[in-house]
Formats: sequence, structure tokens, C-alpha cells
Amino acid sequence: MTSVSTIFQREINAYFLSPVAYVVIAVFMVFSGYFFSIMLGITQETTLRYSLAYTQFILSILTPVITMRLFAEENKTGTIEPLMTAPVTDFEVVFGKFLAAWALYSVMVVPTAFYIIFLAWTGNPDYGAIVASYIGLILMGGLFVSIGLLVSAVTKNQIVAGVIGIVALLILLVIGLASSGGEGWFYNGLRYIGTYDHWDTFTKGIVDTRDVVYYVSFTALLIFVVVRIVESRRWR
Amino acid sequence: MIKVDHLSKRYAEVYAVDNISFEVNQGEILGLLGPNGAGKTTTMRILTCYMPATSGTATVAGYDVFRDSINVRKQIGYLPENVPLYPEMRVKEYLSFRAKLKKVPYRERKLKIAECIEKCRIKEVQNQIVGTLSKGYRQRVGLADTLVHDPKILILDEPTIGLDPNQIRQVRQLIKELGEKHTILLSTHILPEVEIICGRVIIINKGKIVAMDTPANLATQLRGGNNVILEVRGNGENIKNALSSINGVTKVVWHDRGEIGNYTVEAEKSMDIREDIFSTVIKNNGIIREMKQAPITLEEIFHQITMQEQEVTA
Repeated sequence: MTSVSTIFQREINAYFLSPVAYVVIAVFMVFSGYFFSIMLGITQETTLRYSLAYTQFILSILTPVITMRLFAEENKTGTIEPLMTAPVTDFEVVFGKFLAAWALYSVMVVPTAFYIIFLAWTGNPDYGAIVASYIGLILMGGLFVSIGLLVSAVTKNQIVAGVIGIVALLILLVIGLASSGGEGWFYNGLRYIGTYDHWDTFTKGIVDTRDVVYYVSFTALLIFVVVRIVESRRWR
Repeated sequence: MIKVDHLSKRYAEVYAVDNISFEVNQGEILGLLGPNGAGKTTTMRILTCYMPATSGTATVAGYDVFRDSINVRKQIGYLPENVPLYPEMRVKEYLSFRAKLKKVPYRERKLKIAECIEKCRIKEVQNQIVGTLSKGYRQRVGLADTLVHDPKILILDEPTIGLDPNQIRQVRQLIKELGEKHTILLSTHILPEVEIICGRVIIINKGKIVAMDTPANLATQLRGGNNVILEVRGNGENIKNALSSINGVTKVVWHDRGEIGNYTVEAEKSMDIREDIFSTVIKNNGIIREMKQAPITLEEIFHQITMQEQEVTA
């Protein structure tokens, strides 16, 4: 497990030694701030619920930008070779990278806490709902990061990893939205697979076990798959 | 220390490594020599557990590379071809990261890193960013990384490729020094390198081992003729005839340059005819200006072996 923290540290350093972390955080702040002010103007409600609904789209685009380099860069420059020939297990490498990207994602959403101060100043927000929203936000981040990690592990090209990651996340988001109101097992299934409904529960202030299980199990499954992909090099 | 047994690696239809077996003994520097694409890197990648073999087994320090991969990886220091490093890190930072990854205990880490920096002569760049280093320094940082956990075995893939002649000499010197403490397997396609560094050579071509011996033995084994090169002042015609009549001489080539002549005398393999040549030339009133045994280089051996192979397969 010490190797996980070693890899975690290196990845975090790599993020903050390159412009990636700063660019991603800045872009996120611009857009989430924009949606916050717009939605506040329209609804006149002291809640994060509506602005966070839009924030999901920004996160689907920015999270793959965070994750795209994780394996693709190492595959391309060949640094994967000394990494995988060091006495570390595949799981330690994958999990360390996952945690680092997830941590950066969390750091990225932290500045939105400023909006809460703003809401508290102008009105009387529901803090329970806000806390639930943040729990949902972080859990969703885990899922987004693991999808980005998966895409990065199968390619040598960061841009390809980024674009495919964005498309995959947007599809995951849209299938839930598009099937809202539909009846029957097909639409229910799509809504269950899509992230939108699960996320919506959190923003209403409900931390439902079903949604927590959805995010955690989906993320765990994807990490397992990434470990297998990284490992598959040893079978070929 | 390393034992390779009937190892093969197949990519689609092509065998990159085809049924090779060899051993590397403790304290030995073994050179893996072959043209590009001969299967050197593939062999090393299998030994370092980066990829598995299609068939056959390999053990490193007693551990199987497939079943006991973590233990194998603890025993080896591997320098991949072209030395991939993280460009954004500082040299010391990188070594510290690698030391942690290789589970060097916290207390020893600082000392070990300092030792490696000292050994590989990278003290002057230890705080520099890896991305700004010259090729020679990168190579030495890579070497420092392979040493940081004090492994028993070093596996170096083309350690001198892309360096300038001075850097090549430095790196070779370094490898030689390391050979005193570690067992080393290195690959190269530069022939003089193995002659200088290695105690034993394996020549591999198209995934197969074509020769395995000490550089000196390979040279004598493969020596087709025993050639002596002469430069003599005197009557060329007479001297040529006299040389031809020496016992064991098979052929004399004479380049007439007037007063002075150049000769190449070929004799049977096992015979040393230099003293006979000396007395013969004196008898014929010649003055020897130069006499030397034509050196047979690994270059020729290599060429001969790989060419023979091609003729056989063609």
C-alpha cells in the first residue's frame, strides 16, 4: 500500500508541475460561476441545485482532461516500462493514479464552496441539501475519473483518450436525461445506468443508499477492469 | 543468476525470440549482441517481467519470471532502451520516487540516493529538471535509477546508444566498475563494446542464438585463416616466392610498390609463422619495416555468422 501513496504523490506533483491542474480549475470556476449566477438570477432560490445540474456537463468535459494523461502519456513516452518493472503490483499503480485524479477533481470543485457563503449572505439555504450535493459530487467524480482512467489505459494518445472520455461521459449523462419520463424496463434501465437520476437525488438533499451503491460499485468495477487491462500486457 | 530455458516469444506469426536457452552466472558481464530486431529487447523485457514469454521458462535469482514476478523485480535493476524518464521531475526527486517505489527503507534512502549520484557522476545535475538534461546525463540518471535499490542483477538495454564518443567511454567505464559488484546482462549492436566490457558474448540473430562464447574464443574459432601483414624493403619477387615456400603458408598476396612491398601471408589456422617469416625475409636480404598479425574483430565474426545464417535460410 505504500506504493499507492508513492504513485499518488508523483501524479499529484505532475499535475501541479504542469499547467493541467491550473487550467482545469480555472475553466471550471469560470463556467460554474457563470451557471451559478444565471440560475440564481432566474430562480431567485438560495440553492445550488439548478446550477449544479449544469455543472455536470462541465465536469463531464473537464474530468477526461484530468485523466487523459494518466496512462496514455506513460504508454507514449515509455515510462510505463520502468514503472511496471519496479516491484509494484498493477493494482497499486492503477489505484494510485485513480486517487490522484480523484483528488484533483475534488480540489477543482472546492472553490464552489464560495457560493454557499454567498447564498448564506443573501438568504437562508438548506445546508443539508448542500452537504448531500457535495457527497454526490465527489462520488460522481470517482465514477467519472475511473471512466477516464479506463480510456487512458487503452491508448497511447492523450487526445484520443480525452475525446473518447468526454464522449463516453456525455453519453452516460444524456441517456439518463433523454429517457426521463419514459416508461417500461428499457427506459428504467437507461435511467439506472445513466448518472443523471442518481445525481439528481443528491441535489434534492437525499443520500439514498441505492445511489451510493450505484456510484461506488460502478467505480469499483471500472477500476477492476483497468487493472485487468494493465495486466493484459502480461498475457499477450 | 539468470537461467533462460527454451524461451520463445511470438508476435502474431513472427517469432521475436525463438527457443533460446542460456545462463548468466553470478558476477558475470554477459553481452547480448545482435542486429536491430534480433530479439534482444524482447528477451530483456521477458526477464524483467514486462511481458510474458509464449513458451519456455526463465528464472532470475531463483525466482520464476512469470509466477514470482514481484520477487524477480526486486532483484533486478532494468535500464530500458532510450531511458524513459519523467521530464517534469528533478533528478534527485526522480531517484527518490524510484527508491520509494523499489521499497528502499526510509532510513537508507537518502544515503542510497547519494551513493548512486556519486557513482554515476551526476552530482552537478542533481537539482536539474530531467527534461533539460543532455542524453549522456539522462543515461546516467537511468543507470543511477537501476542501482538505487542495490539489485543483484542489472539488465541494461543498449546502454550506450545515442551518446557521443566521450560519453560512451564514461558509461562503459561505469558499467565495468559496476560489474565488480553486480551480475550484468547488457545488449548492444556495437561490437567493440562487448569486446571491451563483456566476459562472455551471445550473438543472436532473428530470435535465435547463433554463437555463445568469450569474445577471444569466438575470434579464434572463427578465424578462417591466420593472416600476417608485412611491409618489406627488398626484391619483391624473390621474397614473395620465399614466403610461399614456408611450411604452412597457403597464400601470399603481394602489392608491389617499387622498392618497398606489402604482403599479406595466409597460413593454416593453428600455426604461428611469424618467426619463420622473419628468418626467411632476412635470408632473402629483405628488411622488415612492419609485421603484424591481422586482427580479426568481432565485427567480422558478427558479419560472418549473421551472413552464414542468411545463406542457410535463403
